[in-house]
Amino acid sequence: MANPIRIEYRNVTKRFVSGTGTNITAVEEVSLAIADGEVVSLIGPSGCGKSTLLNMGSGLYAPTDGDVLVDGVRVSGPNRHVAFMLQKDLLLPWRTIRQNVELGAEIQGIDASERRRQALALLERFHLRGFEDHYPHQLSGGMRQRAALARTLAIEPLVLLLDEPFSALDAQTKMVLQADLARTLATERKTTLFITHDLTEGVVLSDRVLVMSRRPGRIVEEIQIDLPDRADTFARRQHPRIIEYTRELTNLLDIGHQALQ
Amino acid sequence: MNTPALGRGVVMASVGLLMAFLAIWQWVPAMLNVPSFILPPPTKVWSETVRMLGTEKLLLHTGITTLEVVVGFVLGSLLGLVVGCILGVSPKTELVLSPYILALQIAPKVAFAPLFVMWLGYTVYPKILVAILIVFFPVMVNMLTAIRTVDPDLVNLARSFSASRWQIFRMVEYPMSMAPLFSGLRIAATLAVIGVVVGEMVGGNKGLGYLLVFGEGQGNTAMVFVTIIMLTLIGIAAYWLVVWAERRVLHYLPRAQHTMV
Repeated sequence: MANPIRIEYRNVTKRFVSGTGTNITAVEEVSLAIADGEVVSLIGPSGCGKSTLLNMGSGLYAPTDGDVLVDGVRVSGPNRHVAFMLQKDLLLPWRTIRQNVELGAEIQGIDASERRRQALALLERFHLRGFEDHYPHQLSGGMRQRAALARTLAIEPLVLLLDEPFSALDAQTKMVLQADLARTLATERKTTLFITHDLTEGVVLSDRVLVMSRRPGRIVEEIQIDLPDRADTFARRQHPRIIEYTRELTNLLDIGHQALQ
Repeated sequence: MNTPALGRGVVMASVGLLMAFLAIWQWVPAMLNVPSFILPPPTKVWSETVRMLGTEKLLLHTGITTLEVVVGFVLGSLLGLVVGCILGVSPKTELVLSPYILALQIAPKVAFAPLFVMWLGYTVYPKILVAILIVFFPVMVNMLTAIRTVDPDLVNLARSFSASRWQIFRMVEYPMSMAPLFSGLRIAATLAVIGVVVGEMVGGNKGLGYLLVFGEGQGNTAMVFVTIIMLTLIGIAAYWLVVWAERRVLHYLPRAQHTMV
């Protein structure tokens, strides 16, 4: 096969026991597979278990039923091939930006000069050159989120799990960061699962969009985005069919909603 | 330590307030016919200070009390820090030890002073022991709650980089707890003085606590005033030392988050 599957969910179900003792099914029978270099977005109503899927992908908790596989190997705990990024930048306030980017490499015991070289290269790429010795509170929200993205890429993961990474940013900063991300994902051929509420963001950044239902979350639809310029978000945004896709998604989200009423 | 722009006005206001306070203390009680053996005016407190420096070895007693405060504060804080960390990372240990910790926390620590004097005699040790006991709790409790309330997403971030339990503690939980730790140390610095004074009042013939009891026996109000002022000065010095250390350790926080009191 030309394009190996990098991350796969096989019939994954996750149940929690809530504070009141009742069982809550967060996600139910979810199966999806993402091939090498593919970017897949996941959209759905709030509380539909998108973040639960992401946490299982990064090995932070185990599925109740089913398996998650990364590069064909069952995920049994956190592993080096997967890195995640959240809406919160999670930068450590006592570390400089460079030290924050180095966090993963430092935990994994990579040589200090090597991780420094790598961190500086990433900061250069994300337009943070000159800020490497600043502390997080000295940077704007967009710059902090860029630093978080650099930290995520610094461990050279096979798979990126991004949970609404840009949803707290203003519209313009968001577009710039989306462009940076899209270019990086294309040049590095990173396999990515991208969770978002923003339908246009999903269409602009992805090869495929998956639609989830309300809780218990199931994947109710899959849309292939047949548009050029995945590496160039500004070019892709100009494409007239963007509107068609977002309209289709808007309708689908209503269907997903009604299916459970 | 204020910002230069504020400096002049703030200093003027401080000095003005002090002058007004001393003037009221000097003349208002006399106008209201309060006898000076009940409320000695500042001039009398000053002359008593000079007398005590000569005939009562005021500096020696102050030095001994200071030494006890410093040793008690340092040992009590270290103990609180270590125990707080252990209980913070191990909820099971906390559960097992909680009844004892709670009992010891609720028991008025100064009530132990006579017991310690009976055990250890008229030495510096019972005073230091009371200080350790009274300093221990705010430090321990602040450290414990700080570790427990670290953002779980930060811990998950470290876990996703395959961090060990020790790495999570060393690189995330412990540094994240520094700000609450210093709030505890500020409280502890003032409590240490209380612990030492109570110990000195109960037994022995050295230290400012002893001078308090001696002055009371003599019916010398001015002497008690001088002693209280010296104790306050020790407390202020200890507190400022903690604030100074806090600024150095938490240098990465924005300026506005640092306070003097």
